[in-house]
Amino acid sequence: MIRFENVTKVYARGARPALDAIDLEVERGEFVFLVGASGSGKSTFLRLVLREERPTAGRVFVAGRDLSTLSTWKVPHLRRQIGAVFQDFRLLPNKTVFENVAFALQVIGKPKHHIMTTVPDTLELVGLGGKERRRPHELSGGEQQRVAIARAFVNRPSILLADEPTGNLDPTTSVGIMRLLDRINRTGTTVVMATHDDEIVDQMRKRVVELDHGQMVRDQSRGVYGSTR
Amino acid sequence: MRLQFILSEIGLGLRRNLSMTVSVILVTFVSLTFVGAAGLLQVQIGQMKDEWYDKVEVTIYLCPDGSEQPTCAGGLASDEQIETLRTELESDALEPYVEQVYFESQEQAFASFQERFADEAWAQGVTADQMQASFRIALDDPEQYQVVAEMFTGRQGVEMVRDPRAVVEPLILVMNRGSLVAAGLAAVMLLAAVLLITTTIRLSAMSRRRETGIMRLVGASNLFIQLPFMLEGAIAATIGAALSVAGLWFGVRYLVEDWLADSVSFIDYIGTEAVWTIAPVLLVIAIGLAAISSVVTLSRYTKV
Repeated sequence: MIRFENVTKVYARGARPALDAIDLEVERGEFVFLVGASGSGKSTFLRLVLREERPTAGRVFVAGRDLSTLSTWKVPHLRRQIGAVFQDFRLLPNKTVFENVAFALQVIGKPKHHIMTTVPDTLELVGLGGKERRRPHELSGGEQQRVAIARAFVNRPSILLADEPTGNLDPTTSVGIMRLLDRINRTGTTVVMATHDDEIVDQMRKRVVELDHGQMVRDQSRGVYGSTR
Repeated sequence: MRLQFILSEIGLGLRRNLSMTVSVILVTFVSLTFVGAAGLLQVQIGQMKDEWYDKVEVTIYLCPDGSEQPTCAGGLASDEQIETLRTELESDALEPYVEQVYFESQEQAFASFQERFADEAWAQGVTADQMQASFRIALDDPEQYQVVAEMFTGRQGVEMVRDPRAVVEPLILVMNRGSLVAAGLAAVMLLAAVLLITTTIRLSAMSRRRETGIMRLVGASNLFIQLPFMLEGAIAATIGAALSVAGLWFGVRYLVEDWLADSVSFIDYIGTEAVWTIAPVLLVIAIGLAAISSVVTLSRYTKV
């Protein structure tokens, strides 16, 4: 589903590479934790998958496409197959929960009847049934993240990227979010989650890829957060 | 769905930056009014040239009784002098320039004078003796009027040689200068309009960074993201253009058709229909401005 071939990313000329010769393959339907300290290259990895950045060297394949040869105008189509969730939720404050989720479908030109059926289903799936008319500021952090997940998942992407989705949440709420991501993963969606949260990683027992200063130092199936600690 | 969504986005953007939208409308309004004024002046100049140059004829006025011109020292132009002039006008030397020569005697001049001012009380006291005989010379090429004018100016029995263009040309010169000034002001205002539209679109894009960020993330196409901004600029500029067309229409209607046409009547003025001929040009300029500004701004602020 995602394949990195000897990928290096250098942001500024002469600077230390953010990613250094990474080789990695993520299979369809896998759940992968991307762990490592701040600045280890986790976010760069996710940005390369979304093609918000292009690698300095090496090649990135996502959903069967070679991103180095993907023309700019096809990038939106790539992103329609990828859902993304962030630490800061990135919801629109002046739109309701329903509108926030529907927005993702509206802007890619989905017909109204499709939106009217898909959005409530997805909100039900993430456990927000009955809260369609609330606005983000009326919700708890965990609920806001569920809205963000609903928005990322409403178009049924084949890949879900999560950049520290539990970073702003307390442990109990985080567990709920992880259950949700796990459920989404069980529908066949590939999930790549960058995180600092060692408890969660240790609990979930999924594949763990550890980055350190842009280098891959560990790739362990059913791993834990910190074998090196 | 798509259209409705884009329209609501545009409405939102226009309202959010209402003061900027209004200033874009005003700046395009003023700048396009200058462009339009320059255009209308050119139309008027063209019309005057057509009118006057087509029927341009050099008139050689012959000496009447009591003229103070030195060439008229001999009093009323004699038949002999008239015959000499006529022979020269019809000579081979002038043949390439002259199309037709028409002689108007004092009596004929008096008749047409009577006819023209039949209703005027002051014209009743004028007699045929006070009229001037003249040669009217239609030219092959109106541009060559100087040849004939120079040849007959200062001749005995000729009081003066007049080309109607001597009257019109200074007027056209003034109008040409006027339209140049208008065009210069228009250029400055258009530049201001482009900068202002650019700033407006940038502000609009900034204030909606969150939305556009999410749009990009979920895979909205570039066109879909940028269209509302482009249309915002285009709509504001189009309203400005419409206002300037309205302004020019009222200007022509009340200033030219009602006022100028009454007070200075020897010119054939343009009418409001001229405004409609330049209206599409103004509209195209407005949309072009908005398009240029959008392309410049959006390529930088909302790229993938």
